[in-house]
Amino acid sequence: MSSVDRPVRVTQLRVARSEWTKLCSLRSTRWSLLAAALLTIGFPLIFASVVEAHWGRMSPSEQANRQPLEIALIGVNISQLAIGVLGVLIITAEYSTGMIRATLSTVPKRLPVLWAKIAVYAAVTFGLALLSVLVAFFGSQAILNSKHILQIGLGDPDVIRSVLGAAAFLVLIGTFAMALGAIVRSTAAGIATFALILFVIPPLLNVLPSSWNRAISPYLPDSAGRAIFALNHGVNELSPAGGLAVFAATTACLVGIAALLLVRRDA
Amino acid sequence: MIEAIGLTKQYGSKRAVDDLSFTVQPGLVTGFLGPNGSGKSTTMRLILGLDAPTAGSVTVAGRRYRDFPAPLHEVGALLEARALHPGRTAYRHLLVLAQTHGIPRSRVDELVDLVGLHDVANKRAGKFSLGMGQRLGIAVALLGDPQTLLLDEPVNGLDPEGIHWIRTLLRGLAAEGRTVFISSHLMSEMALTADHLIVIGRGHLVADMSVTAFLATASGQLVRVRAPRATELAALLSDPAVRVTSDGPESLEVSGLSSEQIGEIAAANGIALHELTPLRASLEEAFMDLTREDVEYKPQVHA
Repeated sequence: MSSVDRPVRVTQLRVARSEWTKLCSLRSTRWSLLAAALLTIGFPLIFASVVEAHWGRMSPSEQANRQPLEIALIGVNISQLAIGVLGVLIITAEYSTGMIRATLSTVPKRLPVLWAKIAVYAAVTFGLALLSVLVAFFGSQAILNSKHILQIGLGDPDVIRSVLGAAAFLVLIGTFAMALGAIVRSTAAGIATFALILFVIPPLLNVLPSSWNRAISPYLPDSAGRAIFALNHGVNELSPAGGLAVFAATTACLVGIAALLLVRRDA
Repeated sequence: MIEAIGLTKQYGSKRAVDDLSFTVQPGLVTGFLGPNGSGKSTTMRLILGLDAPTAGSVTVAGRRYRDFPAPLHEVGALLEARALHPGRTAYRHLLVLAQTHGIPRSRVDELVDLVGLHDVANKRAGKFSLGMGQRLGIAVALLGDPQTLLLDEPVNGLDPEGIHWIRTLLRGLAAEGRTVFISSHLMSEMALTADHLIVIGRGHLVADMSVTAFLATASGQLVRVRAPRATELAALLSDPAVRVTSDGPESLEVSGLSSEQIGEIAAANGIALHELTPLRASLEEAFMDLTREDVEYKPQVHA
């Protein structure tokens, strides 16, 4: 048995490097990320093409209601599902495969694993989301430019904020989903909970008296998150900064619960 | 050295490990033996800090596992079932674990060769046979060149050549002064590999002794005698400490006397013997005797 250079300890940076390798070394992860990018880019291009083709037949009021930024960011509504599902899976696949036993016996303090997973996935999501949103923005603008309609630039008011906000939204969605996965530890339950909170509960609230609905809805992850990159903010909606604060706080709470459970529970 | 003191683990209403105390010494291969469901894997999980004990404690080299700043360099573990993502290649699996400790790629390469996975290192681990999976698990355990090895059922699924390989490897590691603790439910395997035995049944400690001592107990003092004048001999042997049974007119089974003693008595009384054979209970029989009371799922026998 040859001797090994004995480094002193497990560090947060080393765990992050390991988590980076984990993320990159799975085919399913690479495909999910590619799918998220394609959805973010593809839908705006399709929508822009449709608007461009039908422009002549639209009434002036209909034309006035078209928002170029909304078209550019339309894909985020769909790719959030891919980012969320992958976020859940990154955690729950460790439990379903048994990998978690190797992971936690290698890093017995446990918390560095959670921080590293979140940091690596957040960085990857942010980079990928920003890149694909920018491609979607310029791509949809180029399509619309052929009729010289709905032209905006990155320097126009709120454009940079919305583009960065969309990337931040996807990062928070991914982190939120990871925390859910770490709490429930099962893929099926994790994805179901994620879909319930993001897609099922919001429309259900419309059944409530509207005063209640107005008091609750804006603070839910979905609407708070959407406020970060939405162009127009209604009276019952949070401001971009408010939305960011609320969604980030909700996510932080969930991550806190996940961290506590990770340390307390048997693996 | 591994030291368990009053180790207890309760899962709901089930007590998987009950007040278990033992010490695993360095320089020896210690077998951890017990029927399925007796608490071996739970004990392994407790040692590795994967589960927290309900009561008592267990330490490796005097420290709780969770307190090791670089656990791979202290304890190498092969866990029951596979602890890996089937979609990752064997090489990447090792690399992922090595990176948490800053262990270089060269060490990963070295281990891939050592366990004989060179040709399949870039295949996804999910496609591995049981034996290849075990080899990968052993590579994980050796990654940090640890002083203590903890292997849950290491020979499971290995072919005879693989079993020989791991036996030699483990003996070599122990000879270097390392602590080697391996679990098994097969006594015969342990008799060949281990120096010392810790036997548990239903979470309790049943025996803690050297393999030599265990074999001595197991061999018992049962002697088969065949003699034309068997009844006469049986009368001569009779003594409160001696038990004689007969399964035929000329055949006796005697316990409590050695074959030498029986031979002398027969000669002194002029009784001709046709057979005088010390019987050795098989290891599995001795093991089953030891744990009979503690087998969790007894087959229901209807007479």
